[in-house]
Formats: sequence, C-alpha cells, structure tokens
Amino acid sequence: MDVIVDILIVEKLERTPVTNLECPEGVFAPSGRYPNKKSIMQTQFSRSRLRGILFRASMLILLTFFQLQIGNYSFVYAAPYIPDDEDVILETLPLSGDPRKQQLLKRRQQLSKDPHNLSLAIQIARHYLELGHTEADPRFDGYARAALLPWWEQPSPPSEVLLIRATLKQRGHHFEEALKDLQQVLLSQPYHPQAWLTQAVIYQVRGQYAQARQSCGPLLRLVNAMISTSCMANIASVNGQAQKSYDALLQSYSQNLSATTEGQSWALTILAETAARLGHEVKAEEHFQQALALDPKDSYLLGAYSDFLLDHNRPRDVESLLQENIRADGLLLRLTLAAQQLRSPKFNNYFESLRARFSDSRLRDDARHLREEARFILHLLKQPHKALQIAQENWKVQREPWDTRIVLEAALLSNDTAAAKPVLDWLKTMKLEDQQITRLMEQFS
Amino acid sequence: MKLWLVSLFSLIALVLGSGETFAHKPSDSYLRLTIEEHTIQGQWDIALRDLDHAMGLDGNDDGTITWGEVRGQHEAITNYALSRLNLNVGDSPCSNHIERHLVDHHSDGAYAVLQFSIHCPTIPKLTNLHYGLFFDVDPLHRGLLQVTHPSGTQTAVLSPEQPTVQLSGTTNSFWQEFLQFSKEGVWHIWIGYDHILFLISLLLPAVLWWRSGQWQPVESFKNVLREVISIVTAFTMAHSVTLSLAALEIVTLPSRWVESVIAGSVVLAALHNLFPIIQIRRWIVGLVFGLVHGFGFASVLADLGLPTSSMFVALAGFNIGVEVGQLVIVAAFLPLAYAVRHSWTYRRLAVQFGSVCIAGLAFIWFIERSLNLQLTNWLW
Repeated sequence: MDVIVDILIVEKLERTPVTNLECPEGVFAPSGRYPNKKSIMQTQFSRSRLRGILFRASMLILLTFFQLQIGNYSFVYAAPYIPDDEDVILETLPLSGDPRKQQLLKRRQQLSKDPHNLSLAIQIARHYLELGHTEADPRFDGYARAALLPWWEQPSPPSEVLLIRATLKQRGHHFEEALKDLQQVLLSQPYHPQAWLTQAVIYQVRGQYAQARQSCGPLLRLVNAMISTSCMANIASVNGQAQKSYDALLQSYSQNLSATTEGQSWALTILAETAARLGHEVKAEEHFQQALALDPKDSYLLGAYSDFLLDHNRPRDVESLLQENIRADGLLLRLTLAAQQLRSPKFNNYFESLRARFSDSRLRDDARHLREEARFILHLLKQPHKALQIAQENWKVQREPWDTRIVLEAALLSNDTAAAKPVLDWLKTMKLEDQQITRLMEQFS
Repeated sequence: MKLWLVSLFSLIALVLGSGETFAHKPSDSYLRLTIEEHTIQGQWDIALRDLDHAMGLDGNDDGTITWGEVRGQHEAITNYALSRLNLNVGDSPCSNHIERHLVDHHSDGAYAVLQFSIHCPTIPKLTNLHYGLFFDVDPLHRGLLQVTHPSGTQTAVLSPEQPTVQLSGTTNSFWQEFLQFSKEGVWHIWIGYDHILFLISLLLPAVLWWRSGQWQPVESFKNVLREVISIVTAFTMAHSVTLSLAALEIVTLPSRWVESVIAGSVVLAALHNLFPIIQIRRWIVGLVFGLVHGFGFASVLADLGLPTSSMFVALAGFNIGVEVGQLVIVAAFLPLAYAVRHSWTYRRLAVQFGSVCIAGLAFIWFIERSLNLQLTNWLW
C-alpha cells in the first residue's frame, strides 16, 4: 500500500550563516547570475554592511582573477547564501509604485472569493494580458490564464474568454488552437474586429497569406482605415507587393495622424520593416525613430530596430538603444550579437546568461524560443548543423521573413542545399522582397 | 461597436510580434533531490517574485523585497511550498527536516532557496512525485526537477498537465533491491551479537574432539571442514525456513519468547562446550536452535519494512546477506582456530574460558529478556 507522505516542517531554520561554497551543477546551475548590486547599495550603512562590502570586494577581486584565468568561458558562479543584512534588497517587483498593482490585487482577492464571476475574471485577465505585452513578461500571461481557470478547459466558453484564450495560445505559439478559438468567436459574432485582426496576424505569421487577406477584409468596414490598411500592408509587404503596400500605408498614416498611439506605432513599425526589406535605409531609419518616439519601450519594435542596426553594421547603436535591457530574451540576443561584433567585455556575461535561458526553455520544451534559439546556436555557439535543425523545426510552424532567413543562413553555413530547397521554392511562390534574403538566395544559385 | 473599438485599440499591441518572442524568462522553480540510502536531500529554488504574487512577501508594500521580509516569512514560505509537494516514499515512515533557508540569484532575479532532508529508517521506495506549486496562480509555471540517485540522474518538467512524475530510476530495480536487502542482511548478522555468539559457540570445538574427559585437537582438516559445513548448513537451512515463514506471516511467535529462547540457546551451546555430557551431533543443535534464530531475523526484517510488491526479492536478498555475513565470520574464524588448535591457549582459554564468558553473558540476556528486565545497559 502506498502512502503519500506530505513533507512537513519538523525543525525550525537555523539562524547561523553558512558557507556558500557549494557549486551547483548541470542544468540546474543557471549561469551568469547577477546579484543585485544596485539594491545592495541602497541599504543603510552599518558595521555589518561594511563587512559585507569588504567580503564582496574580496570576492570580486577573486572572481576577476578567476575570469582572467578562464578567459572565454568566464561567468560568475553564484551559490546559495544567507545575506548579511536585513535591509538588503533582494528583488524589485515589477509595477512597483504603479497604482494598477493595488487595484489588481484587490480584484484578485475578490475573484478568489468568487472564482466563477465571469466579468471580474475577464477584467483581470485582460489587464494581465496587456501587462504581458507591455512588460514582455510571460508571468503575466500565466496570471491571465489563472483568472480564467474555470473556463480554460471548456470547449465553448463565452466569446470574451475565447478571445483571451486565443491570444494566450497564440503567444505560446499554439497557433492551431488559437485559430480554433477565434473561429468559434467569429461564428457567433461575425463582426468582431478583434477576432478578425488576431486571426489575420496568426495566418500571416504562418505564411498563409490568402487566409490572412481574407481575415483583413472584414476590417475595412469595421474599423478605422489605417488599422485595416495596416492589416493588409503587413501581408502584402511580404507577398509580392512591398512597394505598393508601403505607399498605401504611408498615405493612410499621414491622413490619420489623430489615431491612437498604438495604431500609429503599429503602422510605423510596418512601414519601417518594409522599407528596411526594400533596402531603403534612410526611410527605414526615419520610421523606426518615429515609432520609437511614440512607444520607446515596445519590445517588438526595439528588436526589429536592433536587427536593422545589426544588418547595417551599427552594433554600437544597438548597445545604446538597448542599454542594459537584458531581462527580455529576444533583446538580450540582439545585445549579445552587438557585443560580439564590438568584442565588448560584457559579451561573456550576456552570452552565459542567454545560454542559461535557452537551456531552461529547452528543458521546459518551450516552442516559443525556436527562432531566437536557432540564431543563438548559429551565430553565437557557431554550430550550423544544430542551428539548421532547429530553424527547420521552427519553419514548420511560422514563416515570417526572419524564420525563413535563419533557415537559409544555417543551410549555407552547413553546406546543405537540400535543406534550403523547400524554403527557396516557397520564397519564389510567395515573392518575398527582402534585400538580405535575396542576397542569401543568390548564394545558393 | 464603439466599445469594440476601444478594446481593439488597446489590444492592437497584443497581436504585434506574434512570431517573435521577446519574453522574459517564464516562471520556473528548480527542485533538486539527491537520494542516498536512507536520506533524501532536497534543494528547492523558488523565485521571490512568484512567492510574492502567490502569498505576498512585500510586507511594507514598497515594491521591493528585502532579506528581512523574506526571513520573517520563512515559516509561511515553507508551509506554502512543501504542502504543494508530495513525495511518495512507499511504506517507509520518514521524517522531514528543514535544514536551512538561503537566497540565490538566477538569470531572472532572486530566489528563496529551501534546503530540506527526508530521513527514513528504512530504504525508502520512491515511486512518484506530485508537484502543485503555483499552478493555481500561474498555470504557465513549471517545476524543473532533477533527481540524482546512485544509478544516475533523472530530469523532468512538471506542469499542470503533468504534475506527477514517475521516479523510474529510483524505484529500485530487481537487482538494486536485492543488493540493498543483502547488505542489510550482512549488517544485521554482524551487529546481532547473540547470533554470532551462538555460531561461535558451536564452532569453537569444531577443531577439537572430546576424548577421555578433555578436548583433543582433530588431526585432519577434512574432518574439521566437514564438521563446520554441516553445522553452518544446518543452522542456515533452519533459520531460512523460519525467517521466511515469519516474514510471510505464516507463523508468528511472540518476540519476547523468541528472544529469550535465542539467549537460552547461546547459554546451552556454551555450556555444552564446558560439559559435553550429552553426545549429540552439533549440527542437530544448530538445526533446532536455528529455527528459533530465524524468527529473530524476521523481526529485524519487519523493522526494515518489507516492500509488499517485491517481498520475495527482499526476503531472498536479506537471507543471502545473512549467509554471506555468516560465511565471512566462519572464514575468519576457521583457519585461525585450526592453526592454534594444539595450543593450551586455544583449548583452555578460548574454548573453556570463552564459553564461560559467553554462557554468562547469554544468561544475563536470558534473564533480561524472559523477565523483561533491564540489568545492564551495555550488553544489549
């Protein structure tokens, strides 16, 4: 007979400090850890703090020495420890000082008492959904899903739930399931612009341009002209009509300067990316700058602009654009690539931190990181065969210009023309106009 | 319509960058278990951010978490986390200890590090682990598990869809289990002094023979060997039978009675060396009293916790362990005794004085056990 034994506390913790010399091993040793030095500085001065500073200083000297010794593979091996000061700040919470935080907390407490309150659950989920985007933090996506727990597994929940569920599934790259949810919404509410827009974007990401166009169609009558034009231009710009779609969107943009910030920023991002693919460097730069002026923290925009800068050999600009923005994986990748080009001393720290995150996402079997992982393996680990494998896996699921580009780059570096063949064929039928990709295609012929 | 527009504009951002993920690291906890024979060492790294979201760590609500705030909540953190982790350890009555609370930094921030250990009096049979941390507040949370055991390492990712993991490497394979119980068998004959003394008492005169009122050395080693083999085999066969009968609960005897008779058997065996009046073959003594000693081994095995699913493997392993332990004693004793059998020291000091001592000691045990007294605190 098996008895499940709950682990209970028997002994209270000891207060005595312990030595922190154990070195964690294997995948469980997240490399490149950064004790929060800034927060340590904020504590009040005291004797114990002085001791702490002396200890840390000596550790730093030791570590610097250690790093010099092991050259390329240096990173700080932290180990569990007991802080020497009560006031040491270990963690700064996101949204600190944001009034939304208290509001959300209150609503969550309300919901925990009444978990089947649909309108409250949707309110909370929407809040977290938006935070998940603006903060580029998947934890918020998890919180959004938690609010919808009673409906999450239902085959046909209310359409508001379906819409949020579709967005969360799309973010987790479960595109099929997301589309299924959206189709359900549109079956009962054929005039739901959000559902059409989300559906269009998912089809576009997957390279199903005909379906994507069909989804943009209804928006013409449902929303502001700039939004529907953006939806269309987003597809046409990678489907043989780059210049035409650029012109149309630019015109629509200049006629709709009173549109919302998000709407304008989206249009400008599409314009910038299209101009960059067409090789209009000056125009692309201008649109990126315009978009950044509206939304300087948007992760997608920062990433797209960084790629543009990297393509034009401007790694120093990437460094100053992203600064120490290392929390978001995709941005850390760009920062590492820039540091690589610059031979910056920060490269090793970025590199190891990135490696730790990819090893975690591998362990989690997280499909979301495949594109970035392929870039990491190809350009930073320099293992073209492995990169090609992952790029191909990714290309089965999504086919934006970068998904295509990384397959070709990896195939070139591993001299595997056969692997590039289906991608090249597809590109010819889709008529993608992209200077970088055209250059790669030429190398195959 | 207007309402939709409002929500549309706020949600445009949500569809941007669908293919590209700029995400931070999602929420993970790192759970490491190291399984040694009787102990499971655990280290669990849990993000402070996640703990704050689930149970509130920021006492003064200033948006930062200090070491003081974490320390003040250690008990709550322990209760919260450990009540969401179930380790199935089979029948073993294990106890758990929190060793210490530490802090560590992973690539996405500070983590509370919980070090604990689980002690089991018998070798725990870990079959599965059920994980439920944070799944109610963040279904995208994952538990990254690493289990290290003598035969290798197992990793698993625990999610709301798969909260349970079978600990395949740790559920002992046939051979591992067999070996574990064999080791226990060897160990328990070595620390079971009454069994050793009984055996020694039977073996002491094996290199001698009783002729004209005194012990004389046996000349042929062949005869000595035959004598020893017959004694050991008889003893072994007898206690194997009763050990099995008792372990399978076919025959059960009160342990006080069994322990007393075992002590009595040692007394009789030792006295027989001093006054071998009854001409009886010693293998018969071994056989008869071996039956009682088997019941004694069975009580040790019961304390170990016999796994119900693989009882026969465990029983066979334990039994063979007992035999191996016994053979080691015989192998150490026999050559030595044979070499010095002519000496006065052996015949007088070892056999006669030794038997007196053994009989005296065993007599005290006999009194203690049969009357349930505690005469000494160092003899048993």
